[in-house]
Amino acid sequence: MVLMQGNEAIARAALDAGVRFFAGYPITPSTEIAEMMSVELPKVGGKFLQMEDEIASLAAVIGASLTGVKAMTATSGPGFSLMQENLGYAYMTEVPCLIVNVMRGGPSTGLPTHPSQGDVMQARWGTHGDHPAIALVPSSVLDCYRLTVRALNLAERFRTPVILLPDEVVAHMREDVTLPEKIDVCDRELPTVPYEWYYPYDDSTTDVGPLAPVGTGFRFHVTGLTHDRAGFATTVPAEIDRAVRNLKRKMDRFRREIIQVEHWNLSDAEVVVAAYGICARSAEAAVREARDRGYLVGYINLKTVWPFCFRLIQRVAETARAIVVPEMNLGQLVREFDRAVCGKTQVVPINRVDGEAITPRQIVDVVTELARPGEES
Amino acid sequence: MAEPRELNPSELMHEYLRPKKKFPHLWCSGCGIGTTMGAIIRAIAECEVDRDRVVMVSGIGCSSRMPVYVDFNTLHTTHGRPLAFATGIKVARPELEVIVVTGDGDVAAIGGNHLIHACRRNINLTVICINNSIYGMTGGQASPTTPQGKIATTARYGDFERAFDLCSLTAGAGASFVARGAVYYARQLEKLAAQAIRKKGFAFVEVVSQCPTYFGRFNKFKSPVEMLYWQRDNTVNVKAAPKMAAEELEGKLLRGVLADHEYPEFTELYDKLIADLAKEGEK
Repeated sequence: MVLMQGNEAIARAALDAGVRFFAGYPITPSTEIAEMMSVELPKVGGKFLQMEDEIASLAAVIGASLTGVKAMTATSGPGFSLMQENLGYAYMTEVPCLIVNVMRGGPSTGLPTHPSQGDVMQARWGTHGDHPAIALVPSSVLDCYRLTVRALNLAERFRTPVILLPDEVVAHMREDVTLPEKIDVCDRELPTVPYEWYYPYDDSTTDVGPLAPVGTGFRFHVTGLTHDRAGFATTVPAEIDRAVRNLKRKMDRFRREIIQVEHWNLSDAEVVVAAYGICARSAEAAVREARDRGYLVGYINLKTVWPFCFRLIQRVAETARAIVVPEMNLGQLVREFDRAVCGKTQVVPINRVDGEAITPRQIVDVVTELARPGEES
Repeated sequence: MAEPRELNPSELMHEYLRPKKKFPHLWCSGCGIGTTMGAIIRAIAECEVDRDRVVMVSGIGCSSRMPVYVDFNTLHTTHGRPLAFATGIKVARPELEVIVVTGDGDVAAIGGNHLIHACRRNINLTVICINNSIYGMTGGQASPTTPQGKIATTARYGDFERAFDLCSLTAGAGASFVARGAVYYARQLEKLAAQAIRKKGFAFVEVVSQCPTYFGRFNKFKSPVEMLYWQRDNTVNVKAAPKMAAEELEGKLLRGVLADHEYPEFTELYDKLIADLAKEGEK
């Protein structure tokens, strides 16, 4: 067991999962990740670059990833805003990479050293155009480690950027953790066909085609323009339609593999608390207390916020009288809950934007109002 | 594949272009980009770089469409960012020959910050900036290299702003190699491009080019040929300059190698660090 900080666990996990390229720009509260990578990467033959801004950071990460190297960056709100341009490029060109966005208070410079969960919608729709999104949210230091590995695996498996969204509390807090002795690591599929047969965006036989490392003889073209299966820009309506839909399709098809949600006590729950990040820790404490006091309360921790776990929430809506959604923002993910339950049950937000974490007490107070006391346990 | 040096100029060009689907190209007749592309291809062949190792990276704009047509590893990135993408590629895989093709709007306006930091960082990249003094792709707006007083669609009364001297800018920012060529002097351009590719360190080549469709029409050039004559009459070979009188050099652009230094190269320093740390680890 070791005492470890969230940011440190992210860097450790990235190194263990095979990240060998990091480009970033200093920004609170994510900087420890860059600092640690700058020390550790050259020790394992990897490369660290401090770029001139976050735009360049993600550009360098995409460039490195195209050569077949696992690559990542880490930032916070203002930097994440700057990355949206090249994030779109990575979605469009289907280049795997990891973007860690440690959420601090916003908008703008906001609260650099205080937590928030204000970037949940930006992680979904921050860059222009229709695009898929995978965003994972850790709620503990161990989660920081596990979900970083998972995010990298999903990026490689689905040829897409993946966003890790810790909040400032999770990133900066220190906990005792026992890191897994062995981790499963997924590497991107490589082409097995002769050079002339390779199409970088071929979807005829598979949803996610292999990605050839640049410089290994395949000499293909990569562009942010809407492209055909060979990677060249197209203005043919049928090809455009196919290209845009395919980005979404691969995510839809593997939704169940991507979504990871922890939940318990749902079967008899009158009220369910659904939270993510540090709020899920407060929610856990609140649910345990409410249960101890005899209230029938269930718990959901959304480790994957995007894609959203619609099916689970639809099921919960059939049985629970209310779903409580605590968030350190003015109500972002709660909209997805509203969309999922279609009025079948009550969705109750708890919001906090004063730079402080939502406490178990806040949640207990709401939950005990909504739920009837059950049998004393 | 035949040895590139044995091919005649036309065969050589076809050897390095992508034949399928990609032609006709989108450049206007009289544009300087095609001539520059020819010079770059001849330079790559002359340097005998294996084409599988060549990565051509561009941003957005007319010049940045070049990677579509050439048979290398090609990357058409976001506006102004090709240097940042190229930096990632080169640092991750220093054995690749990374050539950035960009324009004045791409590299000096939206990408200006990346340009100066790339000069300072001194990674072994080759940058060919095709400077036509205007935004061609979007229809003729003023760029950071539009000369003061010249007309553009966003400077109908003449541009108030002073133009960047890209060679002074990059030399001042610490580039290892800085050169200026002109489309009119295509053979010299080819030599400069080859020198830039061979140079270990950050190499920047500005290509004085012409956009007859917008810059030419707005600024009273009668034809592309007249614009090429302007290049002939307003540029001076840097080697001839010392013998010329100050009045003769007034308002003239110098052509040739303008800066050539030996600075420590980033990826070599980094590889040395990795090797040193590995040795330390063995102890």
